[in-house]
Amino acid sequence: MSEKDAPLLELRGVSKFFGSVIALQDVSMFVRAGEVTCLLGDNGAGKSTLIKTLAGVHLPSEGIYLYEGEEVLFQSPREALDRGIATVYQDLAMIPLMSIWRNFFLGSEPTKNLGPIRMYDQAYAKRTTREEMAKMGIDIRDPDQPVGTLSGGERQSVAIARAVFFGAKVLILDEPTAALGVKQAGVVLRYITAARDRGIGVIFITHNPHHAYPVGDHFVILRRGQVMGDYSKDEVSRDELVQMMAGGADLEALEHELSSR
Amino acid sequence: MTTEVEAATTQPGATAADERVRAQSWYDRLLSRPEIGALIALIVVWLGFAIVAADNNFISMATTAAILNRSAPLIILSVAVALLMIAGEFDLSIGSLVGFIGMAVMLMVTSSAQGGWALPLLPALLITLVLALGVGWFNGTLVLRTKLPSFIITLGSLFIFRGLAIAIPRTRTGRSQLGGFDRTPGYDIIDAILGQKINIFGAAFDIAIVWALGITLLAMFVLRRTVVGSWIFGVGGDANAARNVGVPVNRLKTVLFMTTALAAFLVAVIQIVQFDGADSLRGRLQEFNAIIAAVVGGTLLTGGYGSVVGAALGALIFAMVQQGIIITGVDGDWFQVFVGAILVLAVIFNNALRQRALKR
Repeated sequence: MSEKDAPLLELRGVSKFFGSVIALQDVSMFVRAGEVTCLLGDNGAGKSTLIKTLAGVHLPSEGIYLYEGEEVLFQSPREALDRGIATVYQDLAMIPLMSIWRNFFLGSEPTKNLGPIRMYDQAYAKRTTREEMAKMGIDIRDPDQPVGTLSGGERQSVAIARAVFFGAKVLILDEPTAALGVKQAGVVLRYITAARDRGIGVIFITHNPHHAYPVGDHFVILRRGQVMGDYSKDEVSRDELVQMMAGGADLEALEHELSSR
Repeated sequence: MTTEVEAATTQPGATAADERVRAQSWYDRLLSRPEIGALIALIVVWLGFAIVAADNNFISMATTAAILNRSAPLIILSVAVALLMIAGEFDLSIGSLVGFIGMAVMLMVTSSAQGGWALPLLPALLITLVLALGVGWFNGTLVLRTKLPSFIITLGSLFIFRGLAIAIPRTRTGRSQLGGFDRTPGYDIIDAILGQKINIFGAAFDIAIVWALGITLLAMFVLRRTVVGSWIFGVGGDANAARNVGVPVNRLKTVLFMTTALAAFLVAVIQIVQFDGADSLRGRLQEFNAIIAAVVGGTLLTGGYGSVVGAALGALIFAMVQQGIIITGVDGDWFQVFVGAILVLAVIFNNALRQRALKR
């Protein structure tokens, strides 16, 4: 993994303990700028803990968190965000009754001055929301419509476009395709590649190898809190990935068990 | 990967005139506004009384002035309450605070022979202003620190300040009503600002109406045109989500609790000027009336949605029903029946409109 440029974000031997529970053990992974690292794991593999550690919610119990070549200790998600590590959670942090443009700029509203009064620059907000969404390849119908009227995939896209616009260098996506239909998932995968093409390092967390394989540059398999393997795309085929995800031996055993009935 | 987006973006003219956007008719746009229910209710109630009470001079300058005068204090309270409710919190203490602050001002300016503190008017007003803002700050801080529902915390404040508004004057003066505010030096100025009546075509309009109108317009501007307004909606919609994107949730909510207390202060002072003194029971039930006005005006009880113009219209409906019942000669006991019915109907109607807005 020493070829090309250095990783933008890297974990080295990170463990996370909650009392006697070992949630993560000796996890190492990295993402480079303009690449997609897929983090694959079944339920209970430690994905959530890993995301929260990356996002700055948890501090690692052991190991090193490197960002832009230096060791970091994020005390809060805000700190990570300020450095350009944006996390888009499954439950999205979007406000359904608010319009798309108000959601897009919530917390970082553009202002303009009307005499001594500072106003929300709504024309700029609406125009920019539309433009940024267009850059990600989505054409929003009406920036005034409430986010609650959007489909799941569209909401994910707004969240991703927002993170990209506000200068994310690393984008952590927590199961963005999990609750989506085939077509909608395709839409989101497209934005992932769009973000990658803009030079962002994407960490794509999923349990679905079929979603991971088309967009990933390399694949980290997480099982029971440990990394079972880290493969670049040319080292592994889609079928091998599916095998590894399900735990190949387990799957064969299950097949055997079912067919013998 | 062929997706719908690709299909959509390659269609000709997609950016110029998006074929997926239906040109919405003017009534569709109108019906998706939160205050529309209150506007329709206002017109219906007005027409109803105009027909039923035609013989009692309902359509006249005098009745119009009476309705507006009656509505002005409630509008001031409702607008502040609507802002707080949109941000997802309740303040049940404001009615008691109106009584408490009125009493506090009167106690301060009353002579020491009668059990008062004999302070000049300006310091008395400044001290009570700080007191009111302090109550708002305390309510907000307690809600945010304990993470308990503001409904419970401010319900406690409701009883505490009503109790104080009764107990303190009774202990010091032996009375629960204090009069003679017009003998206080400086009364003329405060009367000109908050208490005077303006004659238009022979009917006396309170200057409080101007305050109510100004406050409504200011709140509307803040809510719809400023950054803080966006935060209010965001915080009420999902406080955690708003916090995650950097909205100062606690500071904002504390300021809004202080705003409702400030509204209570203003109403308290307006009413001691109008009634020439304080009464321990003044402002009773106004906390609920303000919430009713806000809800009738389209504000969601769970926060994140609403309108201050709607709240002002709700307060106007409230006053219109009150005044209408008086001049129709119907027994005043029926007033609460009307208010309850209007509240339930308005909420059902507003709910239907919001569903429609989300589906459009």
